[in-house]
Amino acid sequence: MNEGRMTENVARLVISRGVPGSERSEKHAVPFEAGQSVLDALRWIRAHSDPTLAIRYSCTSANTCKECMVSVDGKTVYACTARLEARQMHIAPLPNKALIRDLVTEIAPPDERLVDSL
Amino acid sequence: MTHLETDVLVIGAGGAGMYAAIEAARGGAKVILADRSLIGRGGATIMAQMTVAVALGEQEPDDWEHHYADTLAAGRGLCDPALARLLCEEGPEVIREMDDWGVGWARQDGSKRGPMKQAFAPGHDRPRCVYVDFLNTGPAVSKTLRTRLIRTPEIRRVGDLLVSELVMRDGECVGAVALHLATGQPVTISAASTVVATGGLTRLYQRNSASANMSGDGYALCLAAGAELVDMEFVQFFPIGHLAPRLIGMDPIMWDPFRYKLGGRLLNGNREEFVHNYGASDDGKYVVTRDLATYAIVKEVEAGRGSPHGGAWLSFEHCSEADLRAAGGPVIDRLAKNGIDLTRQAIEVAPIAHYHMGGVRADVSMATRVPGLFAAGEAVGGANGANRLSGNAITEALVFGRKAGRSAAARAQASGGKRAAQSAFGKAVIRLCEGLPAPSSNPAAMIEELQALMQKEVGPFRTGAGLERALERIRSMHQVLPSMKPPAGKPYDTELADWLDLTTMLTVARCVASSALARTESRGAHQREDHPGMADEWQKNQVIG
Repeated sequence: MNEGRMTENVARLVISRGVPGSERSEKHAVPFEAGQSVLDALRWIRAHSDPTLAIRYSCTSANTCKECMVSVDGKTVYACTARLEARQMHIAPLPNKALIRDLVTEIAPPDERLVDSL
Repeated sequence: MTHLETDVLVIGAGGAGMYAAIEAARGGAKVILADRSLIGRGGATIMAQMTVAVALGEQEPDDWEHHYADTLAAGRGLCDPALARLLCEEGPEVIREMDDWGVGWARQDGSKRGPMKQAFAPGHDRPRCVYVDFLNTGPAVSKTLRTRLIRTPEIRRVGDLLVSELVMRDGECVGAVALHLATGQPVTISAASTVVATGGLTRLYQRNSASANMSGDGYALCLAAGAELVDMEFVQFFPIGHLAPRLIGMDPIMWDPFRYKLGGRLLNGNREEFVHNYGASDDGKYVVTRDLATYAIVKEVEAGRGSPHGGAWLSFEHCSEADLRAAGGPVIDRLAKNGIDLTRQAIEVAPIAHYHMGGVRADVSMATRVPGLFAAGEAVGGANGANRLSGNAITEALVFGRKAGRSAAARAQASGGKRAAQSAFGKAVIRLCEGLPAPSSNPAAMIEELQALMQKEVGPFRTGAGLERALERIRSMHQVLPSMKPPAGKPYDTELADWLDLTTMLTVARCVASSALARTESRGAHQREDHPGMADEWQKNQVIG
């Protein structure tokens, strides 16, 4: 019960990984600093423990590109504006979009995809 | 394997690339507009906060020649006069066309068609900058161009395409090979003309204001294809990038519009104004140029007079709540969500990499020296010399984009529909696909290492010894690249994308550092601690390639 209120300096992310048909969950601990976004934590994981984690983002912190949409604890958010917290957080790809890999889904308009644009 | 054919291939869907595609289609060409990100979402244009410099004369009488004179003065003697003239002379046409397309430039009377508001910006001799209010200029410009694209059936838009190589045959550029990120498969694109509109290189730096795909892709692609690069040492640092407290969901250059509207006070760690000690005035008005403000802040920090996180204070505490609300609109609420009340607290700012004056060498038709290869926007070097005036980047993107699109379409028409066969792309496809199943290093970590190195040794202040250290480390990082190349084939393989980016970034970093080492003087955005002051013999441009 009091797990979320523990005063620790770690955000514990449970991240949904994999390609369609072979999804799995993975746990990652990320050093917590007030004022970090969920995207900051995902980028930290890529640089410090697992570069294979797939995420999609462009503007990084400005909330303009709208590419970093993911599900955090079941809610659709932009990872760059979702506040990281020193507790367990569940990060998953968008449930209503086709999964490409890990947290990346097909969010391009159909006529801007390689296959459909032909 | 997917093979595409087109008259004109445009690489990069920021402001320059989108305008190039629209103009090429108007010129009768079939166009493929490719971007590594989603179309119209990546790049720098969408992140522009406010000013677009253009001599419209709607606020006060103006003429492009005045804008041109200011651009040349800011460039500290190094602007390519023909490119600078093109930017200033044709700026009004593209800005008015954007207005016709409904971008929504702010009006003096708040109407939709009245005279436009033109704000004063540092380095300009009069109010010259149009804008869309409340941090909206870039998003509005991008959205307007996207809407035009969608209404143009001759343009095929393809996202998730990361171009790995331009392909040459008989001395001409005949298209490109790209990694399709969503599937991990190679794609070959045969084109009569190719336009590189990939933006600048700000991702090379740890603290930067642009999107994650500004890795200097176009520079590396064009250099490998045989084009020249110019002025690579001139990286503009934006002096007042947000430093502290940490903010979520706010662009680090967000303070610029506040400065334009309210002035604000730049203070050192002792809460004293200091910019005047460096030969500029900043008494409540935003007039100090970017290179000088960057210099002043870094020097104060060095002298032990920085703010707690190593920058300067920016204060609007003297402004009323009503004035702040009028200037910031909804941004005030976003700040409140981050716990910031500007009437009660100053925030900390410090220089961040913002724009690159250098780039691909092109003539006024945007042609590089490689037949069939054009450049547009920030990817083009030379128009802004050693320092860019605020407001010139979007104008440059639109003017140069339009010009490149026109030239590329004309060349495609003259070629009579000749296209290179898919076999011409074979070697580049193999280079993209080959790799080791178990790479030895983490390319994302190496990118962070390179960014820290560039910030420290090739940042706003440089020394010969520091530049030598940077070049040595860049060389050693380059050597391990072959041992860590992942093969292509996996859907959305960010490790492969990072490897391709790291390869590009190391090439471009070497160009910046070696040009900076050679230039033994201080001019505009290039400041050498060991060579202060401008030297007459260095009033010249360095060319690589």
